[in-house]
Amino acid sequence: MSTPSPTAIAWQRRRAAVGRVWQEFLSDRGGLFGLAALSLIVALAVFAPLLSDASGLDPTHATGRPLEAPSGHFLLGTDNLGRSVLLQVWWGARISLLVGVLATLVSVGIGTLVGVAAAHFGGWTSAVLMRFTDFFLVLPSLVLAIALSTVLNRGIFAIVLAVGVTSWPSTARLVRAQTLAVESRPYIERAWALGAGHVHVIIRHVLPAVAALVFANTTLTVANSIIAESTLSFLGLGDPNAASWGEMLNAALGSGAVTYGAWWYLLPPGLAIALVVLAFMLAGRALETVLNPRLRER
Amino acid sequence: MIGPVSTALAPDLAPPTTPGGRGGGTVRHLATKLGGAVVSLLMVIVLGFFLFRVLPGDPVKTITRGAPVGPQQLAALRHELGLDKPIAAQFVDYLAQLARGDLGESYQFRVPVSTLIGERIGPTVLLVGVATALAILVGLWLGTRAAWRRGSRFDRISTGVALLLWSAPTFWLGLVLLTVTGNLFPSQGLINPNTPAGFLPQTLDLLHHLTLPCLTLVAVLYAQYLLVMRSSLLEEMNADYLVTAKAKGLRDDLVRRRHAVPNAMLPTVTLIFLNLGLVVSGAVTVETVFSWPGLGLLTYQALQGPDLPLLQGLFVVLAGAVLVMNLIAELLYQVIDPRVRAT
Amino acid sequence: MGEPLLELRDMTVTYHTGRGPVPAVRGVDLVVDTGQTVGLAGESGCGKSTVALAVLRLLPTTARLGGKVLLNGEDVVAMKWGRLRAVRWASASVVFQGAMHALNPVRPVGEQLAEPILLHGGAGANTVSSRVGDLLEQVGLPARRARAYPHELSGGQRQRVMIAMALACDPQLIIADEPTTALDVMVQAQVLDLVSRLVSELGIGLMMISHDLSVLASTCQRLAVMYAGRIIEQGPARQVLQAPAHPYTKALSAAFPTIGDPESRLAPRGLPGDPPDPSALPPGCPFHPRCPSAFADCVDTDVALRPVDTGRSAACLLEVRP
Repeated sequence: MSTPSPTAIAWQRRRAAVGRVWQEFLSDRGGLFGLAALSLIVALAVFAPLLSDASGLDPTHATGRPLEAPSGHFLLGTDNLGRSVLLQVWWGARISLLVGVLATLVSVGIGTLVGVAAAHFGGWTSAVLMRFTDFFLVLPSLVLAIALSTVLNRGIFAIVLAVGVTSWPSTARLVRAQTLAVESRPYIERAWALGAGHVHVIIRHVLPAVAALVFANTTLTVANSIIAESTLSFLGLGDPNAASWGEMLNAALGSGAVTYGAWWYLLPPGLAIALVVLAFMLAGRALETVLNPRLRER
Repeated sequence: MIGPVSTALAPDLAPPTTPGGRGGGTVRHLATKLGGAVVSLLMVIVLGFFLFRVLPGDPVKTITRGAPVGPQQLAALRHELGLDKPIAAQFVDYLAQLARGDLGESYQFRVPVSTLIGERIGPTVLLVGVATALAILVGLWLGTRAAWRRGSRFDRISTGVALLLWSAPTFWLGLVLLTVTGNLFPSQGLINPNTPAGFLPQTLDLLHHLTLPCLTLVAVLYAQYLLVMRSSLLEEMNADYLVTAKAKGLRDDLVRRRHAVPNAMLPTVTLIFLNLGLVVSGAVTVETVFSWPGLGLLTYQALQGPDLPLLQGLFVVLAGAVLVMNLIAELLYQVIDPRVRAT
Repeated sequence: MGEPLLELRDMTVTYHTGRGPVPAVRGVDLVVDTGQTVGLAGESGCGKSTVALAVLRLLPTTARLGGKVLLNGEDVVAMKWGRLRAVRWASASVVFQGAMHALNPVRPVGEQLAEPILLHGGAGANTVSSRVGDLLEQVGLPARRARAYPHELSGGQRQRVMIAMALACDPQLIIADEPTTALDVMVQAQVLDLVSRLVSELGIGLMMISHDLSVLASTCQRLAVMYAGRIIEQGPARQVLQAPAHPYTKALSAAFPTIGDPESRLAPRGLPGDPPDPSALPPGCPFHPRCPSAFADCVDTDVALRPVDTGRSAACLLEVRP
């Protein structure tokens, strides 16, 4: 048999590492619960068009009376327009998850870029970037997000952008710290000595090494993005035609569900947010603990 | 919105281990911090201008969104608001106004923004102050106990509840509390106009109104403080000086109180201040749910317009306040941590 | 002579981890008499630091302590918590390795020195500061350094503070766990000097733990060498060093050349391989995979410590064979 190429060896090692992480992740009960809950919710959200009838979301086709209490027909009652709350929560998952994930991609993208650049180039670039990061880190991000989504054209896109642009600093700091740690290792020195350029070092060595932690951080960021989205939608900055869970709660408050005591209208969207956020957070924390030896029990 | 309480943030926050004790270094350190804060404030001001004058393209269109207005009216409005000048001139005007403490006039209320903010700041400070103080007390106490008995039933339950509360959106917790308590507590406002005059009845009515919004805010904030304190104390639990303290014959609670907690407190304090933005966002949503007449409710009201000058003023004031609080925290850190304190 | 100051009788320590029990100390017998200095040597991971922590029951909760630890004839293993706390520091104190971490970084050292004195009633609140000053001067530091924080002191000064702290309650026994490891050679010599002087002046018993035989040679009367959780050789320090009976001791003493001895310079130094993993010890003599003189019986015979000379013992089949 011929000797495997260095790339093949590297990939073999990476596969082994992933297997090890997976084994350790499986031993974390919280993380396992989070992962199971997420898989279920994502599957339900993706297959909603196949499993349910979207026409029930249209107020003109509503079959129930306004604010009907839960019954055999409407398991979670109806909203102020007579639509099934269960159906809305189900379809709301699609919007909430989509916005959460997209906003996270924006956030993690900016954070990784800034973090790697700040650590890799050092000097002035680093000083300016970190100053910038620290500034955005302490800035009350909800206020900034409110401002952004007000001046942009209202809708999902504005919310994605507003959440993404305001939540990247913690990722940037994490990535910077990790990049600094990676770049101080001897093999990077060796790569430099062999004449590697910035692009080569960053793409071939730094990014693979920080990818794992960024992934764990991404999971945590999705949790925050979903809460952020619901908050902005609740404040009336969302798109009323794309009813996310926050949008539902906004409508519930606006229609007097609180004074009416319509708990079936108020509880499900909030519980859904809490469940998804908790699932993301448990999975993210478990992943972080497995990947970041500093957090592990000694 | 909610900064992740990832402990991964902590290493960067660890106090510098460089030996202190040189007076000159401290002065320079102070100057750097102050300079940094001034730069940050300037950035807030520029950001405020950028967000509300540059980014909307034509603010007048945003204001009149949906309303049928003719081109003449638009032009007149632009002129009235000084929006027909070149952008650089507008920026100079904006700076000059700010320097005079003038934040412009609210479109909606037709009063100066500074007056509005001045009226509303008291209730917010009351709500946020009381809630933060309670949340810190409860959170740090529970977090300490949870970490000390790691893995115990107490730890699992209190950490679980904290994670659950932290996962729930603030405004929803408020809505649920409102629905659950029914008519036990007033659902809106600061004080009932029918309350008899006199200090005691007025105060009691205020507290009655304060209960629910405060409880909601505490529920979200304490959870975060608990988690931060717990992870920070867990980091300290492996420290060698705790073995020394035990070897001296100290009781368990003294080891914890005298040695572990003071050390774990330092990163916790920093993280608490770093996450003040969370308190602000909590205030916005809680005040909206309970119609608590503070800056948060004002923000919500400004959104409805949108009332751009009011939003701009609120943005500058809230962001500025958080920055100033952060500066205070950093200066405080100098006093409480001997490793960065000058002797 | 009465009972010894400290006597370990078949002491065992087992860590209960997620992957099953890990024996760290597997039956140690050791005696320290009043005023005597005993060295405990071995590579890292052999269990010597665990022994140090076990004497005052300072091990983490995952550890189980077995056998007997007799401090002035009283069994530490069976003590109630209250009694144990009273004995800690008052009867026996510890000089920990790495004083940077063993001292609380956010409290002045004087306060940390005063803490055990006040706790064990060594002095009232009004006399404690003069006692702290005395202690600091005893270890060669000016009394005003009591106000300093650990990070404001040098490594040597911190170790002196640690020693002063160990003396605070006039214990009869001091356990010094690698007291000089993190220090450079000059400071190391000063600190060792200080320890030896104080111990002989005050008539305190000393158990000194180190991986460095030369450190132990200069301070200790008796010497015990640990390997894989057991003592494999002990005896008077000079004899053990000059004529080691166990191949492991031979290798260890060869790794630290005696200055001025040409033979030790020419002899092969060091020892190949790593100490065994306590959770997977080899059968027979745990040293046999690394032993240059191992033979067939070593693989399956677990050797106990047996006398080889007056006051000396070793655990090696070579010594048993006629």
